[in-house]
Amino acid sequence: MINFEIDGKVVSVPKNGTVMDGANQLGIYIPHFCYHKKLSIAANCRMCLVQVEKAPKPLPACATPAMEGMKVFTHSGQAVTAQKGVMEFLLINHPLDCPICDQGGECQLQDLAVGYGASSSRYTEAKRVVANKNLGPLISTDMTRCIHCTRCVRFGQEIAGIMELGMAGRGEHAEILSFVGRTVDSELSGNVIDLCPVGALVSKPFRYSARTWELSRRKSISPHCGLGSNLIVQVKQNRVMRVLPRENEVINECWLSDKDRFSYEGLNSEERLSKPMIRRDGEWQECNWQTALEFVANGLKAVKEKYGAQRIGALASAHSTLEELHLLQKLMRGFGSANVDHRLRQSDFRADGHLLGVPWLGMSIAELSRLRSVLIIGSTLRKDHPLIAQRLRQAVKQGAQLNLINPVDDDLLTKVANRAIVAPAAMVSLLAQVLKAAAELRGVEIPGAVEDAVSQLEVTDVARAMAASLIDIKPSAILLGNLAQHHPRYGDIHALAQHLAQIAEAQFGVLGEAANSVGAYIARAIPDPHIQQAPAANPSSQPELKGMNAQQMLGISETGAVADPCQAYVLLNLEPELDSYNSQQTVKALDAAELVVMMGAYKSPHALSRNYADVLLPIAPFTETSGTFINTEGRVQIFNGVVAPLGETRPAWKVLRVLGNMLGLDGFDYDAPEQVRAEIFPDESEVSRLLDNNLRGFAVESTEAPEGTTSGEIQRIGEVPIYQADPIVRRAGSLQRTHDAAAPVAWMAGALMDRLGVRLGDSVRVKQGGGVVQLAAARDDKLPADCARVAAAHPLTAALGDMFGPIEIEKL
Amino acid sequence: MLKAESLKKIDHEIAKYPADQKQSAVMSALAIAQDEKGWLATETMDFIAHYLEMPPIAVYEVATFYNMYNLQPLGEYKITVCTNLPCALSGANQAVAHIQQKLGIGFNETTMDGKFTLKEGECMGACGDAPVLLVNNKRMCSFMSSGKIDQLLDELSQ
Repeated sequence: MINFEIDGKVVSVPKNGTVMDGANQLGIYIPHFCYHKKLSIAANCRMCLVQVEKAPKPLPACATPAMEGMKVFTHSGQAVTAQKGVMEFLLINHPLDCPICDQGGECQLQDLAVGYGASSSRYTEAKRVVANKNLGPLISTDMTRCIHCTRCVRFGQEIAGIMELGMAGRGEHAEILSFVGRTVDSELSGNVIDLCPVGALVSKPFRYSARTWELSRRKSISPHCGLGSNLIVQVKQNRVMRVLPRENEVINECWLSDKDRFSYEGLNSEERLSKPMIRRDGEWQECNWQTALEFVANGLKAVKEKYGAQRIGALASAHSTLEELHLLQKLMRGFGSANVDHRLRQSDFRADGHLLGVPWLGMSIAELSRLRSVLIIGSTLRKDHPLIAQRLRQAVKQGAQLNLINPVDDDLLTKVANRAIVAPAAMVSLLAQVLKAAAELRGVEIPGAVEDAVSQLEVTDVARAMAASLIDIKPSAILLGNLAQHHPRYGDIHALAQHLAQIAEAQFGVLGEAANSVGAYIARAIPDPHIQQAPAANPSSQPELKGMNAQQMLGISETGAVADPCQAYVLLNLEPELDSYNSQQTVKALDAAELVVMMGAYKSPHALSRNYADVLLPIAPFTETSGTFINTEGRVQIFNGVVAPLGETRPAWKVLRVLGNMLGLDGFDYDAPEQVRAEIFPDESEVSRLLDNNLRGFAVESTEAPEGTTSGEIQRIGEVPIYQADPIVRRAGSLQRTHDAAAPVAWMAGALMDRLGVRLGDSVRVKQGGGVVQLAAARDDKLPADCARVAAAHPLTAALGDMFGPIEIEKL
Repeated sequence: MLKAESLKKIDHEIAKYPADQKQSAVMSALAIAQDEKGWLATETMDFIAHYLEMPPIAVYEVATFYNMYNLQPLGEYKITVCTNLPCALSGANQAVAHIQQKLGIGFNETTMDGKFTLKEGECMGACGDAPVLLVNNKRMCSFMSSGKIDQLLDELSQ
């Protein structure tokens, strides 16, 4: 540690610490623009000049290393003169028109000009003007205001992993721009808006819509990916105007992904449902809540009488709150059916009876940054979990090794030590090879549960390299991504990964797909009551029923044949044709059902036009209700509503409470969401006890591709595009105009295109399970042979079936 | 994109740096590309970025920082005359006037036949030889009196 003095106060910083670090520790403010604690030091704004004893000139505090016994003065005559001088220079080319600037009121230059600027300018010559740039639908520019701090450039290089902005030219001609005419497409791009200390980069959707002092700042939690980013939601006149990050070093640090930041536009969408609606004689009519709820209660009772409670199912999105999911399953179980599930995109439920606890990240989010070796199975991480990818990117920069088993090879914007890009069906065998290689390297027996499947395999070099990486470099971890969880052989992947983790002594985690993926298990929005032990403090008085999982409810049994689907469905926060593994079969099952109750925030266009729904109940999205999300690391995060519900929208927990009472069920007398929460777990520490990724007694029989796969058959890789993952983000207009939201195309490797006689841009007919869609063909030579990447969760491909499996493609 | 010959030269430059720091060769690579193409088009810079495995914008930063990289197509011969103080005191302005009158172009202009482009340059570090000018960034010409300018232009015109 180095001891030195700032303004007469003694402070000690670690070796390589700077004067700025010391000042931050002491709480002494040194004005600055280019310095940012998460970015490298540039020292090019010169605003942080301070006086240092025995130094002939003022020195920049951000770049001056602390030295033993140094005496620093931040407010001395010399320091203040230097700072004022710098400010005068900064203002030479900066427009002095704060009232028309969108940053006005929250501008660091404006604030510091009050303290260090002169009351009028001495500069009378011409000011320079810089042309604005089109950086895409999210970032608006006013480049004349730029003071060249290069924070946005360094953010791209260091945090987002892709340098999209740079400073071209020199001296007076220097300007920030993207490479000739390109837009900024990083999924973290919105952060440069926060970083920009002036009004040069501002939010395009928010621009000129409100002033910062008109907005109230309210805390919330992001409802999108499993990370649970902390948000500040800014509200004006009961309308969400924008979303900013709330700093939380152990979760999102000071960043937000664009999805978390800009999806608020979906909350103010035209498609919001504001009144309950009932379909009578094929016509949709608005009605009051009483009528709607009576309709639902009577409908459910009628179906129960006619078919039995076992033919009623509840499907919920894991983007719903813990309270909503708990009440939904309580309602269903109270009504006599255990058909509750939140895993609509999962297709393999064989592991259900074997799971010892709630699948979770297996470590804290902060620990991800300290990993030295990690194996990602089935995830384009930067699109699925942008900020988790960011943490791993930083770890890789520190020397960590990233290993990847995935069917698509999108640029992760980080160095990948070993990668295996294989067809979905081959992922299981590849993982088994890594396991075998690990067992050989460690000289241990292959566990009995997987022995049959593993023993005959040839180990490839890449598998051996991955095994060595996980064993030799510690700490190491294995993470299952979204695609692995959707995989038709998720059970095998899960079991193999678990055994591999044990052999390699690595940590083992499951990346939560949605904000409440962990919470949905804890709330028991799952059919199998034995998947976890009920919390001790919540002895279940109900008989333990075993219900159907999401696939079975929708008429898909384990063998793939269509069983008896449910006759009544209660859907929570879902658009089933976009949120399920097999949208075709889902819609078919809903069409055939007697009653479909949709609880959601939107008039889902499919539900209205296809008429599978019978009643729409408007429920509040996360900004209009209080609730709880449990993020992928098992952290309980409680939030309150930030605006009043739109129109006659009601929080879902209240709707479910009333419905419970109308159905004559016990235990639905809640006054506040806290009571619901207390019923789920009296104490937050209960949650960590329930987290466990391990399977017991699950045997992997083979790693071969399932029967019926003939050579030459094209396999679908159906991933969920980043901005199609949930109903809110699907309606976020600006995000929908980004490159990431481009309409799906049929990606194929060149060899497959040649075989089909298809050229780039040709229209192709894509067939799956009786559904046909027409898409453009696109070429991606990094795809495995005989695979076509056709995105799911999109209206254009909703007519298709399984996210994975055989698919036919022909030239039009 | 670039000829095999140029790529060989670029590879030679890359070999001077550690394998994971290919981008250190960006300045030489741009110079080599410019020698071949005469100027640096967006596609050329994109190609070099790809070749050196660096972001295109980082190549653009370098190309725009240095005057000697031409971001627009120029005449066959780029004549850069130093007009800084020592040269100006020794007749640079007369030299410029002579060239302008002779070629009928001003600074940053190209002759109709596409032969010459005239540029204003900064100190070339040869003030003792003033006035000086550069032909195509490579050939330094000293003591450029009107007579020597005529001689040079005649030579280049052939």
